[in-house]
Amino acid sequence: MTEFLQQVVAGLASGSIYALLALGIVIIYRSTGIVNFAQGEMATFTTFIAWTLVDHGLGYWAAFPLTLLIAFAGGIALERTIVRRVEGGPVITAVILTIGLFILLGGLSNWIWKAEVRSFPPDRPFPTSAWDLGGVAISKQDAGILAITVVLVVALWALFQLTKLGLALRASALNPTASRLVGIRVGWMLALGWGLAAALGAVAGLFTAAASPPLDPNMMRPVLIYALAAAVLGGLESPVGAIIGGLAIGVLLNLVVTYDTHIHLDLDRMRIPIAFLMILIVLLVRPSGLLGRSVVRRV
Amino acid sequence: MSRLTTVRAAVTAVALLAGIVLMYFAPHADRIGYIKGAQLGTYFIAILGLNIVTGYTGQISLGHGAFMAIGGYTTAILVSEHGVRDLWTIPIAALVAGLAGFIVGVPALRLSGLYLALATFGLALAMPAILSWDKLDAVTKSGHEIQLFNSPHLIGKGFEDVHFLGRTLPFNHAVYYLTWGIALVLLVVAWLILRGAPGRAFRAVRDSELAATSSGVHVATYKTLAFAISAAYAGIAGSLFVIALAFADPQSFPATLSLTLLVGAAVAGLGSLWGVLAGAAFVQFLPDFAVHISKAQGVPDTVYGAALILIVLLLPTGVAGGLRRALSPLTTRLYTRSQS
Repeated sequence: MTEFLQQVVAGLASGSIYALLALGIVIIYRSTGIVNFAQGEMATFTTFIAWTLVDHGLGYWAAFPLTLLIAFAGGIALERTIVRRVEGGPVITAVILTIGLFILLGGLSNWIWKAEVRSFPPDRPFPTSAWDLGGVAISKQDAGILAITVVLVVALWALFQLTKLGLALRASALNPTASRLVGIRVGWMLALGWGLAAALGAVAGLFTAAASPPLDPNMMRPVLIYALAAAVLGGLESPVGAIIGGLAIGVLLNLVVTYDTHIHLDLDRMRIPIAFLMILIVLLVRPSGLLGRSVVRRV
Repeated sequence: MSRLTTVRAAVTAVALLAGIVLMYFAPHADRIGYIKGAQLGTYFIAILGLNIVTGYTGQISLGHGAFMAIGGYTTAILVSEHGVRDLWTIPIAALVAGLAGFIVGVPALRLSGLYLALATFGLALAMPAILSWDKLDAVTKSGHEIQLFNSPHLIGKGFEDVHFLGRTLPFNHAVYYLTWGIALVLLVVAWLILRGAPGRAFRAVRDSELAATSSGVHVATYKTLAFAISAAYAGIAGSLFVIALAFADPQSFPATLSLTLLVGAAVAGLGSLWGVLAGAAFVQFLPDFAVHISKAQGVPDTVYGAALILIVLLLPTGVAGGLRRALSPLTTRLYTRSQS
C-alpha cells in the first residue's frame, strides 16, 4: 500500500507536467479550434532559451520567470504573424501548419543548440531531500512541481473567471462575431491565448528538464503524446478535463511501469504506445472525453 | 471521358515517363545513384498513397511512416524467417498495412478530421517503441536489425546480378526498375480509383461531409476505405524500401518519417497526382542540398518545416497547383480553341 501511494505521488508530479502542456493545448483549441501539435517543440525551444540565459550567468529562479515572459511574447508573435492566417479555415490547413511549426522548431533547436548533452538545470532547482508522510516519501522536487502547477492553475482560473480580460477571452472563444460587435479585439484575445499556452508549455519544458536531465532536443516528444492523450481524455475543450487527464495519465504510467517488475512486460519502453492506445480507446468508447460536450450539428 | 481528363492522363503519363528517363540518365554509372532513385520511387508511392486520403478525401494522416514500417517489417520477416520470395511479400505487405490502417481508422474516422490527425500522430510516435518492444522479440527481433543480405529469397541476394527477360542487370538497377515499375502500376491504379465512383465519393467527403451524407454517400465507409487503400500504398513503399536496403530496423522508419511524407504531399499539392513526383524529389534530395548550407543536425528539418509553413501560407495547392494557375490562361486558350 505504501508502495502504491508512493507511486501515485510520483505519478501526480509527472502528471502535472502533462497537465500543464495539455492545458496549453486546450486553451488554444477552445479559442481557435486548432490542435497545436507544435506545443511540445515550443516548450523545448523555450527551455533551451532558459539554458542560454543561465549559461550567461543568470540564476535559475531568475531565468525562470524571464523565460515565461519570452515564451508568452513568442506565442503572441507566432499567432499574430503566422497562425492567424489559417484561423477559421479548413482543419487540414491548420494541422499542416502546426506540424510545420513542429518540424521547424525541432530543427532549429537541434541547429542552434546542436545535439550535444547539456546538464540543465545547473544545480538541482529543488532541494534533493524528501518529506516522510507516514512511510510515503514525498520528494521536495515533486512537491515543488505540484505546488507551482496548482498556483499556475489557480492564477489562470482567476484570470479567466474574475477579470474583465478573462471575460473578453472567454467571449472571443465562444462567439467571435458577437464579441467583435461589442468592441472586444478578438484577434488580440486569440493571440493572448497562444501566449498563455506558450508560457504554460515553457513551465512544462523547464520541469521536464528538471525531472529528467540532461537537456535533450527531443525531450518533449513523449510528453506531447501524454499531453494529447490527456487532452483527449479530458474532452479536448475542457481545461478541468485536461488537468484531470494529465494527472490520471501521469499516475497510470507510473503505476504500470512500477508493477511491470512483477509481470515483466517491458512496459517501461512502451509508455508512448500506451498513451497512443489510450487515445484510441477514448475515441472508440467516449469520443467527447470525460468532460467534453458531444458535438451536435444542425442540418 | 472528357477531353480534359484525357489531357490530364496524358500529362500524368508524360511526367512519370520523364521522371523515369531522367532517373535513368541521372544516376549513370554511380551505383549509389540507383539506390537513391529507388528510394525516390518508394517516397513517390508513399506520398501517392498519402495524397489519396489527405488530398482527395480531406482526412489528414500523420502516421504514414508507421504504415511504411509495418509493410517493411512484413517483408523483412517473411523473407528472413519464412523463406517467402521477396516479390510475393509485396502484396502481403500491402494487405497487412491496409488492415492496420483499417484498425486505426475505425475509431478515428467516425469523428471529425482532427481526431484522425491525433490518432495517427500518436501512431507515428509509438511505432519505433512498438518495433523495439521485448515482447515482440519473436516477430520483430525487438529492435535489432533484421538482415536480408545474402538471403536466397531476395532478388540477387541483395548484391548479385539479376537475370530478367534475357538481360542481366546489376542488383541496384533491378531494384530501381522494380520500384518504378510498381510505382507506375500504382499510379494507374490510383488514377482509376480516383476518376471512378469511389473517387467522386472521396471528393464529396472532402468538400462537404454534410452534403455527401445528404447525397447518400456513407461518409465513414468511404473515409475508412480511402484510409485503408492509402495505408496499403505506404505498406508497399515500406516493403520496397526494405528490399532495396536488404535490411530492416526501427531507425529506418523514424517517427519523423511520417511528417516528412506530409511535407512531400504538401509540396506535391494536395489533390494532384503528377505533382507527387516533385514532392518525392523534394523529400529525397533536400537533405543532400541542406548539407551545403550547414552540416549541423537540424538543418534539413528547419528547411522542411519552413517549406511546409510557406506552402500552407503562400501556395496552398502546392507546386502542381501553382504551376496550373500560372499556366491556366494558356491551357484555357488552347482548350477553348480546340472546342470551337
